[in-house]
Amino acid sequence: MDFLNAIILLLNYIFVPALAYGSQLALGAIFVTLIYGILRFANFATGDMMSFGTMVAILFTWYFQSLGISLGVLPTALIAIPFAIIFMIIYMLFIDKFVFKYYRVQKSPPVQLAMVSIGVMFVTQAVVRIIIGPSDQRFFDGQKFIIKAREFKEMTGLNEGLAIKSTQVLTIFVTIVLVSLLFWFLNKTKTGKSMKAYSDNEDLALLSGIDPKKIVMITWIIAGILATIGGVLYGLDKSFKPFTYFNNMLPIFAAAIVGGIGNPFGAFLGGYVIAFSEIFLTYAYKKFFMYVLPESMEPESLVQLLSTDYKFAVSFSILVIVLLYRPSGIFKGKVL
Amino acid sequence: MRKNLNVIAAYSIMLVLIILVGIFQSWNIALSIFNMCLISAVMTMGANIQWGYAGLINFGIMGYTALGGLAAVLISVDPVQEAWSAGGINILMSLLIIIAMVISIRFILKNFVKSKLRTYGIAAIIISGIIIIRLTAESGIEGIEAVNPAKTGFLGGLGLPIVFSWIVGAFFAGGLAFIVGKVALGLRADYLAIATLLISEIVIAIIKHEDWLTRGVKNVIGLKRPAPYEVDLQTTEWFINLVEKFNSGKLALISNLSDRQVALNQLVIEGSSVFVKLCYSGLFLVVVIILLILTQKALYSPWGRMMRAIRDNEEAANAMGKNVVKQHLLIFILGSAIVGIAGAMLVTQDGLFTPGSYRPMRYTFLIWVMVIVGGSGNNFGAILGGFAVWFLWIEAAPIALFVINLFTAGMPETHALKIHLIESVPYFRYLMMGIGLLLIMRYRPKGILPEKIEIK
Repeated sequence: MDFLNAIILLLNYIFVPALAYGSQLALGAIFVTLIYGILRFANFATGDMMSFGTMVAILFTWYFQSLGISLGVLPTALIAIPFAIIFMIIYMLFIDKFVFKYYRVQKSPPVQLAMVSIGVMFVTQAVVRIIIGPSDQRFFDGQKFIIKAREFKEMTGLNEGLAIKSTQVLTIFVTIVLVSLLFWFLNKTKTGKSMKAYSDNEDLALLSGIDPKKIVMITWIIAGILATIGGVLYGLDKSFKPFTYFNNMLPIFAAAIVGGIGNPFGAFLGGYVIAFSEIFLTYAYKKFFMYVLPESMEPESLVQLLSTDYKFAVSFSILVIVLLYRPSGIFKGKVL
Repeated sequence: MRKNLNVIAAYSIMLVLIILVGIFQSWNIALSIFNMCLISAVMTMGANIQWGYAGLINFGIMGYTALGGLAAVLISVDPVQEAWSAGGINILMSLLIIIAMVISIRFILKNFVKSKLRTYGIAAIIISGIIIIRLTAESGIEGIEAVNPAKTGFLGGLGLPIVFSWIVGAFFAGGLAFIVGKVALGLRADYLAIATLLISEIVIAIIKHEDWLTRGVKNVIGLKRPAPYEVDLQTTEWFINLVEKFNSGKLALISNLSDRQVALNQLVIEGSSVFVKLCYSGLFLVVVIILLILTQKALYSPWGRMMRAIRDNEEAANAMGKNVVKQHLLIFILGSAIVGIAGAMLVTQDGLFTPGSYRPMRYTFLIWVMVIVGGSGNNFGAILGGFAVWFLWIEAAPIALFVINLFTAGMPETHALKIHLIESVPYFRYLMMGIGLLLIMRYRPKGILPEKIEIK
């Protein structure tokens, strides 16, 4: 019984939250990696682009709520996502046309494009803050929990409760569907294959008749879908605040690099690597040991490897270690 | 003279702008903008050395700034005796353990060939070292943080004049840059940017949460000043006389004696804060000029030529027998040290250390905007960038307010859109910075004052 309790404890505090957080990071990391693989620069506007998409989704959600439209148990934001994606894609293509295209045609070094993306980051951040303000916005509605901790305890008779939020399940489910679709697209369709070819060797791809304009456009479209959905899922699960989204850029970068930048599957797994290590290393295991160990050996301290304040620092340290020993990431990078 | 016409013109415009602020807003605001411009100029000089001279991207400026600030605290605050007796020994012990760890790892690295066993050995040393440190330090840290937590709760500093911290800050930042450089300089440009950005976040996390050293988010306030205090000045004889002399014309117009006294008091209060700011300006100006002379000398020395050669063609420079790795590390340390000076200056000016205020937007990306806008590779350009961008950063809100009022003049005061726009005035500065950066990158990619190398 104690052993079961210990497992439920870990499930409740580590696995479920880490899976949800990891999925959110994974979507962002695939976004970064796609841009890096095909457009060949590190996009520092990642976090702010995600917050832009989320902001549009929130505005639509509010509009639908005012009209009285809802999905019952599911959050209204789900209906808003397609509209937000359309806006997001328009915004991204607009930026690409007026900002990034020039440097791509000029064949500027990646560093310059990264600098330009900082300019885009400033502008996007300003637009988001001017439209919706810098403060916290909650836009979740519908049923909050699938299983409540108390109900779970009553059901199983265990001491530990397992609470599963509907947003967590939603996040994991949507991520799996979206990522499978993406991999199917990249590996099985002609367009996807030409994207891979373009990422692998630009000149050869051009020689074999691949239209670079089309590739770039499709990349931005996919990026827009990933950024919006990733951002909305994060906002539903936690809350929407422009500054947090900007900060999320850092673990997202870490995930993309850990997985091998330019490699979408690596980025997908990288998200989970980062999320799990963050939560594993900062969780206080005292209660866990109380269940597992005999009473005489119970630990006095919290048995916490690092304080939760260092959550971000953990993922960054992992990144630094990976960069030192395997600069191309855990999975070989730079192949789409 | 003629060659430098654009430099002189650009700087005169900047000076006139600041003077205009002084006339139309107030001299207090103008001087505080000027002081922050000087600090920004020091930061941009540091970033410019790395990016403009050597082509190294350092997105970790925030971390070095914060370390400089930490130096200001550790130098100027008086030591907290109780805290030292409560946990000083534990902290010193931990420090010794860290040194022992570093030495033993170095020893292993030198004397054993690379093998799996060696890697595991090093990992074992690090892990066991961390555990031992946690065990020794924990009780000490608790003791220290329990000492009068509302006021101190940390070890304090050395109690020296705060100006020393500018040098110490440089050493702190340089030390960190040495470690970061050893780790990350081999990376390609964009990886280096991300790695330095993340490392600076780690530094901030440590500063924020190691309360025994920095007081963390409880902030350290009331640091000593290198300049006199306003309150003291207001009661000093010579200062009141000075203010009276300066404003004798204005005061003579007031015939009533008591009215004149009131007016004089008002002038003394205003004058005292202007005077203090002027003291800071003088100090900062000295630093900027010294650094400018040094960096200009370096730029035109054989060493500067070598750095440009490395920047423009690494392989060729390497083939000519230049040690690229070593020079990169050196310049990374030098640039970061200068940023460290700026960090210490910033805390000196504010008189308080607030780890929570270090945000990458303000302390990393804004500095980069300054360097790019001003002109990388040109010290005068970098300083001008610091001035121009900081000036815009501060004056963006009034400008935005003016523009909004202009465009919404037809709307009633209660119109929701107008109210919303006026409320979001502070965020227009991001918009201005972003658009400014994009325009400069597009139409004047070398900055306002581009790099100009004369071959003599």
